[in-house]
Amino acid sequence: MFKRVFVILLFSFEVAVAQKAAIVKFDRIESIIKTTSNEIQVINFWATWCGPCVKELPLFNALTIRQDAGVKVTLVSVDYADKIGQVNKFIARNKLKPEVLLLDELDYNAWIDKVDPGWGGAIPATLFVNTKTGQRKFVDKELKEGELEKYIQSLKN
Amino acid sequence: MKKLPLSLLVVLATVLFGSKSPTYDLGDDVANFTLKNVDGKMVSLTDYTSSKGVIVIFDCNTCPFSRAYNDRIIALNDRYASKGFPVITINANNPELSPGDSFKEMASRAKKKNYTFPYLVDETQSVAKSFGATNTPHVFVLKNDAQHFKVAYIGTIDNNSRDGSAATKKYVEEAVDALLTDKEVPTAKTKAIGCGIKWKE
Repeated sequence: MFKRVFVILLFSFEVAVAQKAAIVKFDRIESIIKTTSNEIQVINFWATWCGPCVKELPLFNALTIRQDAGVKVTLVSVDYADKIGQVNKFIARNKLKPEVLLLDELDYNAWIDKVDPGWGGAIPATLFVNTKTGQRKFVDKELKEGELEKYIQSLKN
Repeated sequence: MKKLPLSLLVVLATVLFGSKSPTYDLGDDVANFTLKNVDGKMVSLTDYTSSKGVIVIFDCNTCPFSRAYNDRIIALNDRYASKGFPVITINANNPELSPGDSFKEMASRAKKKNYTFPYLVDETQSVAKSFGATNTPHVFVLKNDAQHFKVAYIGTIDNNSRDGSAATKKYVEEAVDALLTDKEVPTAKTKAIGCGIKWKE
């Protein structure tokens, strides 16, 4: 009985503790885009200080909570690396479920085109990738209800 | 066959192919614009025909990146206005979406930071659209070529938004220094993360 209680407590603890953001360089993002996987990769570029970004985060959260088969969401924050504490507080406060990476790569000009050559650098921006077909869809504006599913579906076909 | 003027070709191309108006690219002539300054007076690009060029910066009050670059923008004017390349800042943000960018707030910022250059409001956002400005801050260095203002640099100020003293590439300074010495601009186009301009619906 104690073992069962212990396991339940342990599980609760894991769910209750919010995940923390990992500070990464661009090669991590590149590997998500290029590594073949069974899931459609949904990579959202945002920042805690970006109003429209914060406004659309619930859509990504809901998508992750639903655990749709064949979809993986990664939230890439461009907050400055020394703000990691703030980012983690934000994650906890907003109960963000997707994986959050903090991209510590200030020479923006060196990597923006690698996400999409048409991107001017404004956030929010979301890149959808079918890593099996190599097909991509890039949206450099705030997403509305239903649009995430629409873009994911367009890459699944 | 007589050569068609470029402007006519552009119009034809737009009519035939373009649903979207062409935005300025490197080498393009910039049409005159007249916008209201925070002191209530109108400022036109043609006011600068005796300058060697102009550093046009689409900027705003609210974006953290604009704030991070604010002192550097002031420094650009301090450094280059006397050399013939003054700064003009333009705020195209829709104040309904961004109340901190209202005309009143713009005037307050200009006063607080002692702006010695215009801070213009692009109320219809048409100037921002014609330039193809997307973020704040977004710089367009224009060279005055026989009273025609031509685009010589498009992009960001330097390669470190967080700490100007740690920037290893100061793109705008390099561009203006090159123009002042009749040399080719080393890096003519760059991109940077930033807040998107708050467009009207």
